[in-house]
Amino acid sequence: MTLTEVKGFDRQKRHTELYRGAEYVIDFLPKSKLEVAVADKLCDHVIEAICKAAGTGQIGDGKIFVTDLEQSIRIRTGKSGNDAL
Amino acid sequence: MMNKIAKTTYLTTAALLLLPSLASAQDLNGANTGWVLTSTALVLFMTLPGLSLFYGGLVRTKNVLSVLMQCFAIAVTVSILWLIVGYSIAFGPSESAYWGGLSKVMFNGVGIDSLYGDIPETTFAAFQMTFAIITPALVVGAFVERIKFSSMLIFSLLWTLVVYFPIANWVWGGGWLGQMGLIDFAGGTVVHITAGVAALVTALVIGQRKDFLSSVTLPHNLTMSFTGAAMLWVGWFGFNAGSALAADGAAGMALFATHISAATGALSWIVIEWKKYGKPSGLGAITGMVAGLATITPASGSVGPAGALIVGLVGGVICYFATIYLKQIIKIDDSLDVFPVHGVGGIVGTFLAGILVSGNLGIFSGNGLAPDMTIGSQLMVQITGILATGIYTAIATFIILKIVGALTSGIRVTDEQEQQGLDITDHDEKGYSM
Repeated sequence: MTLTEVKGFDRQKRHTELYRGAEYVIDFLPKSKLEVAVADKLCDHVIEAICKAAGTGQIGDGKIFVTDLEQSIRIRTGKSGNDAL
Repeated sequence: MMNKIAKTTYLTTAALLLLPSLASAQDLNGANTGWVLTSTALVLFMTLPGLSLFYGGLVRTKNVLSVLMQCFAIAVTVSILWLIVGYSIAFGPSESAYWGGLSKVMFNGVGIDSLYGDIPETTFAAFQMTFAIITPALVVGAFVERIKFSSMLIFSLLWTLVVYFPIANWVWGGGWLGQMGLIDFAGGTVVHITAGVAALVTALVIGQRKDFLSSVTLPHNLTMSFTGAAMLWVGWFGFNAGSALAADGAAGMALFATHISAATGALSWIVIEWKKYGKPSGLGAITGMVAGLATITPASGSVGPAGALIVGLVGGVICYFATIYLKQIIKIDDSLDVFPVHGVGGIVGTFLAGILVSGNLGIFSGNGLAPDMTIGSQLMVQITGILATGIYTAIATFIILKIVGALTSGIRVTDEQEQQGLDITDHDEKGYSM
């Protein structure tokens, strides 16, 4: 699992920041990007866990994208496929 | 920068300033020497690291090191220029009303036993040197994120030579403005108006940053700016109270007046932003503090504590609206707002000093006008000082910028370099490796 601090925006309302008596509109908001590589059978569990942890019912909760991994190799052991996850 | 004798009789002071050799007849005063030595350290601390951190935090990540380096390089080179010729031009014994001459080049004749008033001349000269360092460093705020390092360095040295040293002589070195009776205790004209006006002219000549007024130019590290601003506040005690050149009541009052004005200036910005936007910003608070400090600087030797409250309030409020007007309305990219804060603060403070010095204002009274002055005549002198230093600075700065532009094939980096950031393009390094 990898967590990255990123900036982004979608439909969420932009916010303003003050700079010496003037307001500046900030388009890109700080977000977290979570990448999880798992075996197919765990996929639904992971989606469920993320939705439970991140869901507030408000705009800005985020999105989940599911994509196939062509190949996976654990460098230390040289094993591939589900054995590498 | 009057010594304590100056406050009792202005006539004697004029004579003493004209003939510093007379002052050497006094004995060395250890307490005064100790305080001015301390103040020298405090004022250098304002530039390194105070102002450097304050400015450094306000630019983008890709330019932070270039700003620190600009301030540091100015400290390095102006110090040497001060030794070579600066002290002589500013405080030499020439009878000219416009410069001190060249007789003290390389500190000629300034030895271990030389006195200025009742402190060692080396101490006085070192204290004054720290003022010569911070003034061009203040101007850096106008051209950050887009000036070539070579152009910055040549500009800063020529500017200090042609603008700062002579004006220091006019006001503090026995020159014509001092002789007129201009009240500028610690540098409203000499430091803040010169730096502010130079910043305005430089911002106009170099032009806006490519991303001017876009949110991407917002400060990269306000924690750094807060740290630097707090150092400026403390260092300013040396700047203003040190300018008494004595450990006495005048220094004590200057320190207290300085502190009150800083607090009032900060509070004025907090209140205005809070009312206008619903939230008080930290950057607003520290900017208001600097405005209060710049405004009290010329007045700190002549106003009382209640007068300082007025100075901080008026300075804070006027500087606030000047900042918005200059940047948001007429869109001049004086990037870190040097003119609206220091220039306008210096003008307001130099003007107010001419009123609040009066001893007939009840609780708001100051130390009293010179015997031959009224508020009206004093204000005329103050306005003359403001105009003379402002206009001379504007013209000289413009000419120097043109000369530097010719010497360095333009003072501005290319668009690509500006995009990449000056840390890499000017110094081959980065402020942060993350």
